[in-house]
Order: sequence, then structure tokens, then C-alpha cells
Amino acid sequence: MRAPISAAIAIAFGLVVLAGYFIDVPLLTNLKDILVQWGFILASVALLIGVANLFVVHWGKIRKNHPNSAYSFLVIISLLATLVVVGLYGPTGTWSLWIFKYIQLPVEGSLMALLTVILIYAAARLLRRRIDLFSLIFLICVVIVLIGSAPIFGVDIAGLPGPAELRALIVQIPAVGGARGILLGVALGSIATGLRILLGADRPYGG
Amino acid sequence: MNLVDALVSPGGLGLVLVFIFMGIMVIFAVAGRGRPRQNLREIPAFTKLGNAIGRAVESGTRLHISLGWGGVFDIQGTSGLVGLSLAERIARLAAVSDRPPVVTSGEGTLGILSQDSLRSVARAIGAAQQPYIFQGRVSGLTPFSYAAGALPVILDEQVSATILTGHFGSEVALIGDACERRDGFTLAGSDSLPAQAVIAASVEAPIIGEEVYAAGAYVNAGPLHASSLRAQDIFRWLLIAVILIGAVLKLGGVL
Repeated sequence: MRAPISAAIAIAFGLVVLAGYFIDVPLLTNLKDILVQWGFILASVALLIGVANLFVVHWGKIRKNHPNSAYSFLVIISLLATLVVVGLYGPTGTWSLWIFKYIQLPVEGSLMALLTVILIYAAARLLRRRIDLFSLIFLICVVIVLIGSAPIFGVDIAGLPGPAELRALIVQIPAVGGARGILLGVALGSIATGLRILLGADRPYGG
Repeated sequence: MNLVDALVSPGGLGLVLVFIFMGIMVIFAVAGRGRPRQNLREIPAFTKLGNAIGRAVESGTRLHISLGWGGVFDIQGTSGLVGLSLAERIARLAAVSDRPPVVTSGEGTLGILSQDSLRSVARAIGAAQQPYIFQGRVSGLTPFSYAAGALPVILDEQVSATILTGHFGSEVALIGDACERRDGFTLAGSDSLPAQAVIAASVEAPIIGEEVYAAGAYVNAGPLHASSLRAQDIFRWLLIAVILIGAVLKLGGVL
């Protein structure tokens, strides 16, 4: 058996936390709260390690003179500058918020705008890649919901339900039903994944 | 509340259901032991994945597995954990490739777990002298920075197939588009509904809903993966029955 001690510790702690969520006994719930708090502290440390990993990967690209190392240089400079500014002025300081408002938000907004174009292109490409009944239903629903959401097309035709009504019909009945069905499947899959880890069949902690 | 009262409370009954689920998984795993192949319905995405792994090994190109940015401390993390199992299995299958697989993630814990899993694969395949033969990287710590950080891996590192399994948002389309531009194979699945909608439209091999959690069974990650699918099926039918009975009782005015 691979790494039996770490597996035993993980399984024991997992069982205690699982029982603590379901059984309202002070000893178990207190133990569960303490273990979860430890988990959050470890996750915060992992975040720092993640930042260090990001730094190391980009530093490695600069050292190896990678063709796009200029971008890596930019990442490292931005990372260090943000670290210094937030370290000096705190996360809610004027300059920290300036970085967030005038650099991060516009960059992520631009990516979001780019995403809109990519999604329209992807929807069009779907017809070329997979022409089947579900793709057609998917695209028809997308078009109806888009038209129903845009005010310029919010014109009702006499005797027919308008785009807004059709949109509401799609969003409130089949979409909600489908989403709940998918979420039930996801919930069952999550339980199975957690139980496989508790049984030691999946060991994301390596060992 | 004493222990007996706690066990017969709704929470206690929930725990009993979880243990029944676990019992069914174990029973089917033991019953299925020794059988060379489980009867699994065909999911085209996983058939294509097997072919893509074979092609990547033969052509000496890289496989890229992306685990998303869901933390392991909430429900968003479970699909990332499935991705980890998949990454470990794929790393074993593609270990002989000239360019071993690379795993990216958008969360610190997932990043550490991916490195640890890959290192254990390196030890298992006898590459203990090269523990960093596989690479686990954190590509960014916000959804968009994670996607932006994953793009250079796809565009610059001769990646022929990308497997996206984890918690994503709509930014997953950026990664899917980069794969498409490279003419690479992309398999993607997520627990997130917005991401699933985007994946269905933009990716060559989408896996929808609970199919994400079946990934391990389709890459032969172990008997408990296949048996957990059976347990899920049993509980799904139970849930359907409960929902239908509830609807009938509501219609009849009983509830």
C-alpha cells in the first residue's frame, strides 16, 4: 500500500469532518470546526506557494530566454510591484485600489469582451463541427434568449408570443428543469468522489 | 443531544445514506474484481481521449491537463479532484512520451496536489531520479488570469491535446479557442453550469453533468471508479422516484 500513514491520517480526518457535518454532537462539531479551520490556514499557505510557483515558472522562462519571455518579465514585474504596493499601503489603500481599478478591472473587462466574440464564433462553429438535433436546439434557444433579452427586438407580434415571453418560457421551465437534473448528477458525482478519497481509492495527496 | 438522538435526526439519516452509498460502491467493486472490463456506455469524448493520448505519445507532443480554479475546501473542488485522478492516470499512460504531460491549475492547493500526484507517478514508473519529469503549475489565481496563464502552455509548448476537468467559469472558452487554433484535441467538463453551456458550444469533446465524475472509470483508474458509477445510478433512480412520487402527491393535494 502506497503511503499508508498519510492515507490513514487523511481518511480519519475525513471521517471526523463528514460525521461532524451530519451529527449534531458538540464533541464532533467542535472537532470538525477545528479541522476545517486548520484546512483554511493550510489553503492560505498553499495560495502563497501557488504565487511562488507562478514566479518560479516565469523566472525559468526568462532564464532560458524563452521566445515569449518578455511577457514573463512583465508578469514578474507586476507581481513584485503589486506585492510592494499592497505591502506598504494595505489591501484597501489608495494605491492598492488604484491598481485594482485601473489595471486589473480593465484587463479582465477586455478579456470578457474578447470572450463575447469568441462565444459567438464558437456558436457559429458548432454548426460546422456537430450538426445534430441537440446542437440545433441549443442554437435556437441561444438565439431566442438573446433576442428576448435585447430591447431592440422586444416587439410582440400580434397573435404570437413575443421574444420576451418565449425567453421567459425557456429560462423558467426547461432551463431550470435541465439545470436541476444536471446539478443532481453533479451532487451524486461529488459524493462518489469524496467517498473514493475517504476509502483511499483516490489519493490526491500523492504519497 | 446524545449520540442516539443525533443518529436518528435528519442529519444522522443523511450520514446513514452516505454510508449506504459507500457500501454499494464497495460491494460492486468487490463483485467486479477480476473482471477485465466493466460494461460502460460509450461516451464519445472518452473514446476520443484514448486516441488523443496515443497520438500524443506517438508524435512526441505534450498533453495538457487543466484543473480549474475551484478550491478543494468546497463543493467546487470535487471536479478538480476528478481532474487530479485523471491527470495521474494520463501521466502514467503518457510517461514514455518525449514531452511528458503538464498540469495547470488556478488554485494553490490544487497546484500543490498536482505536483505531489505527478511526483508519485514519477516514483511509480521508476523515474525517482527525475521527480520533476512532469510539471504541475499554478497559471494564475483569478479566473481570467488562470485562463490567460494557461494559454501560453497551449500555444508555445507543442500541446496536441488539452483536458479540462475542474471548476471553471465562462473563461474556459478562451482556453478552448486556443486549443482550436492549434488544431489540438480538447476534452472539457465542469461542475459549473455556465461553464458547461460554454463547453457544449466551444469544445470538440464536451462532457456534460455527471459524465465528468465518470472520467476515472473510462481511463481504468481503479475498480471503485466503475462501482461508484453503479452507486450513482441506483441513487439517481431513487431520486427520480422520490421526485415523481412527490409530484403526484402534490397534484393529489396530499402534500
